[in-house]
Order: sequence, then structure tokens, then C-alpha cells
Amino acid sequence: MITTGIDVGAKNVKVVIQEDGKILGKGLVLAGLDMEGAIKGAMDAALKDAGISRDKVEKLYATGAGRKEVTDADDTYTEVGADAVGTVYIFPQARTVVDIGAEEGRAIRVDKQGKVVDFAINERCAAGAGAFTEAMARALELPLEQLGPLSLTSTKAVPMNAQCAVFAESEVVSLIHQKTEKQDIARAVHDAMASRITSMARRVGVEPEVALIGGVANNPGFVDSLQRDLELEVLIPEDPEFISALGAALLAAGIAK
Amino acid sequence: MAKYKTAPLKTWQKAKEIRANYYRDYEAAHEKGGLRWAGGAWTFDAIPAGLGDDVYPITSEPYGATVAFQKDFSDRCLEAAERAGYARDLCSYMRNYWGSILLDEYGWVEPGEERKPFPKPDFVWQDHICCSHAKWYQVVSDLEGGIPSYCVDVAVGPYENTTEHGIDYVVGQMHDGIEWLEKTTGRKYDDEKLIEAVYNTCRSESTWAQICALNQVIPAPLEEKTMYSLYVLGTLQKSSKDVADFYDELKAEIEDRVASGIAAVENEQVRVMTDTQPPWGFLRVFRYLAEKYGCVSVGSLYTFALIGNWIWDEGKFVPRPTPQSQGVEIKDRDQALRVLTEWELSKPEWQHFYHPKYKSDMMIQIAKDWKLNGVMLHYNRGCEGLSLGIAENRLAILEAGFPVMIFEGNMGDEREFDEARTMSRMDSFMESLDVPKLQ
Repeated sequence: MITTGIDVGAKNVKVVIQEDGKILGKGLVLAGLDMEGAIKGAMDAALKDAGISRDKVEKLYATGAGRKEVTDADDTYTEVGADAVGTVYIFPQARTVVDIGAEEGRAIRVDKQGKVVDFAINERCAAGAGAFTEAMARALELPLEQLGPLSLTSTKAVPMNAQCAVFAESEVVSLIHQKTEKQDIARAVHDAMASRITSMARRVGVEPEVALIGGVANNPGFVDSLQRDLELEVLIPEDPEFISALGAALLAAGIAK
Repeated sequence: MAKYKTAPLKTWQKAKEIRANYYRDYEAAHEKGGLRWAGGAWTFDAIPAGLGDDVYPITSEPYGATVAFQKDFSDRCLEAAERAGYARDLCSYMRNYWGSILLDEYGWVEPGEERKPFPKPDFVWQDHICCSHAKWYQVVSDLEGGIPSYCVDVAVGPYENTTEHGIDYVVGQMHDGIEWLEKTTGRKYDDEKLIEAVYNTCRSESTWAQICALNQVIPAPLEEKTMYSLYVLGTLQKSSKDVADFYDELKAEIEDRVASGIAAVENEQVRVMTDTQPPWGFLRVFRYLAEKYGCVSVGSLYTFALIGNWIWDEGKFVPRPTPQSQGVEIKDRDQALRVLTEWELSKPEWQHFYHPKYKSDMMIQIAKDWKLNGVMLHYNRGCEGLSLGIAENRLAILEAGFPVMIFEGNMGDEREFDEARTMSRMDSFMESLDVPKLQ
């Protein structure tokens, strides 16, 4: 059975098309203001990648903050549930899922069936989400892709507070004025964010193994900071930003419940 | 096809009238030659009742909630308090109340009428159980030109450790307070009215607890959104005969609903409780849960026990019988004050100020006896007092085997509540409880 999962996130729309648990195609489009266009664009990209037409898709489930925008969805599922299903499908041994997207960070404790046992979500602050690293990269006048690799070259831990993205940005500016090396500031940004995420994950209980998904999992600097803070290695799937969409597609297929 | 039959409450209109008359009477007190006083919902309101039948209170927490429900007015009040230099992280009821004074605009507006000036109280009658209570009325007194203010310190708990000396300490302040009331108002104090008000207080609080206990049945005859509009009468004036009588009438109606199988939520399929005050401007989240998932919030320690009085009896959390039902006959002022003190100090919502374990024990018992599937805790940034220890409560409830969801918000400051995200979180919680969406 061919099914599709659409994850309408705060920044990107991600689509996964699967058949019997095998991924046939993926699509990703920047969400922007034209949500309808982005959903169609991501869907078209995934269909093209899969080499099939829309009528071959038997069921479509939507997830993500903007899931209600998917008007032709057969059903919707929350990103917490879809994260859990998608992650445990890829990593059956995972018992804790950390998902960090553009505007939201989540920690989810799951059982072996991928059922949510407990979850925590960051509140009204971007300090624990991808938007935070974007803002800090801007303050450092660096492309976002360079922030992670640069921080890996740091040899010095600089304390920084990430309780608020706005305050953290002014702290970064102060560090720049103090002539702190850029790589040390980059690491400070990731350490501070990792500390916030770890604290949230501990609220639900960090049970190994821990999987990290969401777009921020592509940032090696953050991954390094998180692993140091959690004192364990995290599992990172290929294409971590598509896991929620995968979970929705699996739910649509009835492969997961 | 609905799973259960449902029906509106017959007593609903009467509850609305009592509340409306309360705010009208307070405002019009001077026109009738009466007095106005201000104090918290937790205060010993039975005591000023001894000054006469024309002495009308305004209790600040429900007033703050009334303001919060009017989001535009609340925003103006909060901003007025902030402009006056008060910090944004203080109690939001308090800031709404102060803002209303600063703007000189009354939170109660009759339909079709203009908003009136805030009616200045003649004196303040307060107690100190919450960390904000003391300074709240010091500021009110300052803002209102130095109106007389009297506060009773009640820090002699927790109840299980209360001693005779502790009771004496509170009662002694009450005796002094009555002398202060006579001197401040120039009125002679009537002990018979005090005694009647103490009986009413006990009756209101015991009966409300009995009403909440009826919600143990499936389907629940009441849901929490409605309960907010009912319990509030006790927070306005628990010592009033009208309120005590109303609760008797309501209890009879709820007993009928239970006997007839009338549900509050027609498709009840999952039962939860909340905690602390809700974000008052966003009560529609309860309707969302009911309509989308058949989820009934059967109440909370907050709705059950801010006004309701309960005791532990052989491991069960049960409504506390009134002293009068136990054969206690109050004969004089001192006895009335002792009965009132001992009664109020035992109230469940007073206990967690001393340690979160008291609250956890009660919440877990409620979760068991009210047959809950989960718990939704409001990390209420607007109330340091009732949010105190809530993270410890969460851990204890989880350990007892009940799933818990948390959401952050603010009871009285809409700027700190994200409705869309909270609803999304509720969706996730319902999913994790395997609750199917209603078609």
C-alpha cells in the first residue's frame, strides 16, 4: 500500500511517500507564506522523486504545526505521535526521541511499539529550537551551515545563557566585543542550547537509546554539545528532518498505530 | 448518536444572578448607607458579617479572573500596572486588580451600560496564606489613599501539625480584628450574625465538596468549565446564606442528574483533571476537548478544594462534615472564631503552601477515586502560590501511574498563553492516551 505523510512544519514542508515500509520518495519545500503552494510543491517533489502519480497514493496523513492546512489529508496526527512512530521504525531500540525543528524542541519517551509514554515541548521561546541557531549564526555573520563545523574546532568552553534567544544574542555580541574566538562562541551557542534541551529531556526521563531527529540534527556542533551534556551517543537517522513525515506515512499505512 | 443524555443545569441562571447581585451590591453599597470591604477569596469573610447585613465585600481573586475574562480590559489593566512600575511576573490577578484601580474602571459591566469607576472599598480585611496576599492589599491601601487595612496571619500549619497555641494565635488576631472593625467603621459588632456566618461558611464548603464528590460517577454530571462558574460563588462570599442555600439546591440537582444518568459531556470517553486556575480568557479549550475527544475534565484539587472542605477518612478523600452536623452548637464569639479557624485551617488548598507532598497525596487520591485517565497540569505563570511545587506534583502523579501533560500559561495575563500550541499539545496527549477522535 502506497501512503504519504506530510509534515507541515514552521519552516519547511516535508513529504515522504512509502510502500510497505520502504521509502519511495521525499520532498522538501520552504513553507513561507504561501502554505498551499508549499504543500503542493513538496508533494509534487516527492511524487517526482518516487516516480509515481498522485492517484497511486492510497492514503495521506498530515502532521506538524500546520497539519490542518492539508485539506486533502485522510487524517491528521500530532508531530509528537508521528515522531515516535517514525523514529522507532528506523531505530527499534530508541526509547527517547529528541526532535528539534525550526521553532519547537520536543523530548518524547516511547515504548518499543513507538507509543508515546511521556513528552515535553519547549514553551514560548525559540531558545531550544533551530531558530535560535539561525539567529546566533546571523549575529556571528556566518552561514548557518558553517556554525556547526566551526564549533567543533573550539577547544574552550565559554559559559552562555540561553534562557532567551534575544538575551543570548546580546550575549553573543558582548563575547564578540570581548574578542572571544568565533569558534568558541559557536560552541557556547550549541552548549547553551544543548543544556536547555537536556533539561527538557530529563523532565520526561532520558532512557537510552536516545535518537535525535529534526533539522537541527544536521548540525554537527549541536550534536557534539548534546552528546557531551547527555553523556551518551545519540542515534541520528539519515535525513532526520523527514522522520515525522515518515511516521505519518506509516500511520496511514497501518504499519504503526 | 450521543453516548449519554445531557441537559443544561436548571440552577445555572440562579448562579449567574447571585454573582451579578454580588458585584452590583458591592458597587451600590454606599447608596444604601452600607459599607464596602475588600479582601481575598481565602479571607475569613464571616467576621465582617458581624458588622451588619449591609456590608458588602469584593474578593480580589475572582475579581481578577472577571477582569481576565475581558481580554481587552485586562490588557489595559495589566499595562496600567506595568506603567506604574509593577513587574510583569507578579500575580496576574493582583495586577489586573491594581490596574483596575489605577484606571479607575470597574470590572463588572452591566449589559448595554458604560463601564463605571472602580468602587473604592472602605476597608481591607485580609489574611496571609499566599505569598502575594500581604503586599497585595498594602498596595491597594496605598493606591486608594490609605484606606484602613487589617490582615490575619495564618501561618500555623500544616493542619496535621496544628497546635492549640497555633489556633490561639489566629483566634487572638481575630478578636483584635473585631475590635479594629468596630473602631474603623464605628459600628457595633453583632455576635449572632458572626455565628450565623460561620455556620454558613461551613455549610457552603462542605456542600460544595459533596457536589464535587458526585462527579466520581461515570458519566460525570458536571465538567470543570461549568464548575468554575459554580465554585466561584464560594470564593465571592462563602459566609453568605444565599451561597450556602444555593449549594444545597445545586447538590439536589446534581444528585438528580446522577440518578438519571445525565452527563456533562454527552460522549464522555476519557476523564482528566487539571490543576490551578485555568487561563480564564481561553476556557474554550475545555469545549475543544469535549467536542473533539469526549474528554471531560471532572475538576481539580483547585476547583474541589479552594472552597470545598475535605478530610482524609480511612485512606479516602471525603467531604468534611460541618461542625453543626456533628452536634457543635456555637454559643459565643470566641467559640465561633475557634470553630472558624479550625475549619479553615483544615482546607486542602491551604496545605500545599507548607509542602508539595500534601497536594500530591490529595491529587493522586482524586485521580484514583474520580477514575481518571490522565492529568493536565497548568504551569501557571500568573500564580506563584498555587503553582508552588507543581513540578514535584507532576513527578508524584506519574509515579502513581497516571499520565501527565503540562502546559504553560497564565490565569490572568493572556499574553502568556499560546492557545494554538496548547491545543496541539492536548491533541498529542489524547493520542498518547489512545483516545479516538469523535467523528
